[in-house]
Amino acid sequence: MATTTLTPAASSYRSGLYDWVTTTDHKKIGIMYVINSFIFFFVGGVLALAVRSELAFPGMQILTPLGYNESFTMHATFMIFLFVIPMLAGFGNYVVPLQIGAPDMAFPRINALSLWMLPLAGILLLSGFLTGGTAAAGWTSYAPLSEDHALAATGAGQDLWIVALILIGTSSILGAVNFLVTIFKMRAPGMTLFRMPIMVWTVLVTSVLVLMATPVITSALIMLFIDRNYGGAFFDPRVGGDPILYQNVFWFYSHPAVYVMILPAMGMISEILPVFSRKPLFGYKAFIFATAAIGALGFSVWAHHMFTTGAVYLPFFSLMTFLIAVPTGVKMFNWIFTMWRGQLMFKTPLLFAFGFLSMFLIGGINGAFSASVPVDFALHDTYWVVAHLHYVLFGGSVFGIMAGFYYWFPKMTGRMMNETLGKVQFVIMFIGFNMTFFPMHELGLAGMPRRIADYSSTAGWNDLNLVATIGGFLIALSMLPFLWNIFLSLRSGKPAGDDPWEGNTLEWATSSPPPAYNFDRLPDIRSERPLFDARHPSIAPVSDH
Amino acid sequence: MTTDSTALIPVADTTPEGDHRYGGLDHDVSGGISAPVLGMLLFITSEVMFFSGLFAAYFNVRANVAIWPPIKPDTIPPEQYHVDMLPFVLPATIVLIISSFTCQWAIWSIRRGDHTRFVRAIAVTAVLGAVFLVTQCIDYWMLGQEQVTLSSGTFGTTYFTLTGFHMAHVFGGVVMLSVVLYRGMLGQFTAKHHDAAEAASLYWHFVDVVWIFLFSLLYLFPGKTV
Repeated sequence: MATTTLTPAASSYRSGLYDWVTTTDHKKIGIMYVINSFIFFFVGGVLALAVRSELAFPGMQILTPLGYNESFTMHATFMIFLFVIPMLAGFGNYVVPLQIGAPDMAFPRINALSLWMLPLAGILLLSGFLTGGTAAAGWTSYAPLSEDHALAATGAGQDLWIVALILIGTSSILGAVNFLVTIFKMRAPGMTLFRMPIMVWTVLVTSVLVLMATPVITSALIMLFIDRNYGGAFFDPRVGGDPILYQNVFWFYSHPAVYVMILPAMGMISEILPVFSRKPLFGYKAFIFATAAIGALGFSVWAHHMFTTGAVYLPFFSLMTFLIAVPTGVKMFNWIFTMWRGQLMFKTPLLFAFGFLSMFLIGGINGAFSASVPVDFALHDTYWVVAHLHYVLFGGSVFGIMAGFYYWFPKMTGRMMNETLGKVQFVIMFIGFNMTFFPMHELGLAGMPRRIADYSSTAGWNDLNLVATIGGFLIALSMLPFLWNIFLSLRSGKPAGDDPWEGNTLEWATSSPPPAYNFDRLPDIRSERPLFDARHPSIAPVSDH
Repeated sequence: MTTDSTALIPVADTTPEGDHRYGGLDHDVSGGISAPVLGMLLFITSEVMFFSGLFAAYFNVRANVAIWPPIKPDTIPPEQYHVDMLPFVLPATIVLIISSFTCQWAIWSIRRGDHTRFVRAIAVTAVLGAVFLVTQCIDYWMLGQEQVTLSSGTFGTTYFTLTGFHMAHVFGGVVMLSVVLYRGMLGQFTAKHHDAAEAASLYWHFVDVVWIFLFSLLYLFPGKTV
């Protein structure tokens, strides 16, 4: 096994603040992405608790109606644009160059630029609270609601929201260019496309989605900005504009964005399940083609968010949406058969991977309901949709992120995390998550609309709302063992060594944490599991040179 | 893609254990398109999608009305918006198309190692780009005299947004060309190493192509006069 000699001098992770702020090292940038994302996860989480607390009982208790609108708008904005998307980009940043045996990203300085745009955008969003109110038209900011100057709700906060989202989008686009060039140009000798780890493949497909979809929402946001500030007429029906146009352009990005938020998490799961099942991934190529198919189909389903507008061709978008279930189903089988008859090691990363599989399955199935046009007409804008999107984005992405965090923490810090605390966190989080979001299916079927600050005490929604609120606080509680675990592990965690999990991929072939520029030498790469091959030379594929 | 590329790695050699040894940054010597040029092509892809969003908006509002260009408010007899009085559009278009050729001429020169021609051609390209920007500003001023602005309903909004963002991209292109010109005058480019020039030229061609689409849309097929 290649143990890295440190040339040039190893970067110390205790280097000064200046070093971190000015670094172009993809590993430090990746870690800062993760930290930044957790900070905004906290902000978004507090806002979620505000929303849930208001809804615990009928009547207005703690928020004003406007404050409620701001809370759910900013909750979604922070969670989507400053937590899930950058968190996955952060893991990609850390892991992709290591997994393909590269010394860094292709454009390290652009990489740093992508990172530092994010806290700036977050500050812009938060500064809305100081300018008399943030955006409050929902994270979708549909026109003409988001253009209505008569509503106090759409003051400077809405413009700050637009500018911040354009910044985040630019950061994503630059990141996508960087990932694609890195993956196409900087793979180690022997690392052919079909020997790349699945994580790298999912980041590749995600980057294509970001590259082709994000500029479109940038154009939508710019049009919204022109309408709001310079008397534009894009979305204003009074002067010939078309509000449905905004929805089309918005969802042309925001549906592929759903795959941007789930594909890298799927990649993480596909790294973790083989390692903790002691088996190769079942159907490696099928998984890659399924990922590419999801990416391609992802561009033809945006209007399923707009069935009830009556302005889109329903059969086409319904059919394409159902079709996406096929490659997603392929992946479920990949994962299940990877574990089938494997020697499962029940460590925390595997538990969170189970959480991902089971919860994402529910999120996929309850999503397929809404792909059916007549069902969608009944469920549109009810709590069913809130349940669905949280089963996908929390049950899927967040459980995946947690799995990845526990999996790569030893590589990032050189310390193992505490297993007991990890399992405690998983159990509380899993129960809290289902308590919060499962009742929302019921609420949606009972007709409760989303985005309402109050409801009648005789509507029959009281008990389920209270349960959901208690669940929300349980999720918050599950963060305590998590933070305590990070603190303990950083201070006195067991040293991890190069390869604590007996991993398959190249990041485990270097020290923990890896030195600057990652590798001095690499094992021969003859399959998608170079480290497995190195451990078991007798059954490794024969070298092709 | 890189199955057999090990032979191309200059510092590659094999240790007794069969491991490859190589120095960090030698990965991208495996041939093919260079990283900066690939990065620029991908960035242009995203720019194409950005303009696609704006063009889609234009087609959408245009398809939504019975008469395009729309009627100006409060005009008796009814008068449509029109931009065909602008005298500089055709010359500006020709200038921009010529600049694409001079840009390519510069690239062919530097590929042959001809510094002098490269610097001259890039300088001409940048100047032509600046001329285009000036003519656009004059056109905007003339439209302003006619009370056609960004807030003149869907016509003004789409016209100024599309041409305005194109102008911003031309400006960006002129900045890039100026940097390339400066670096060229310092002699930083050789026949082998001139990725920045190649990337800037790709971007310049892209900006030119966007204008050809815009010109066709706004001036060759501007709608019917009733």
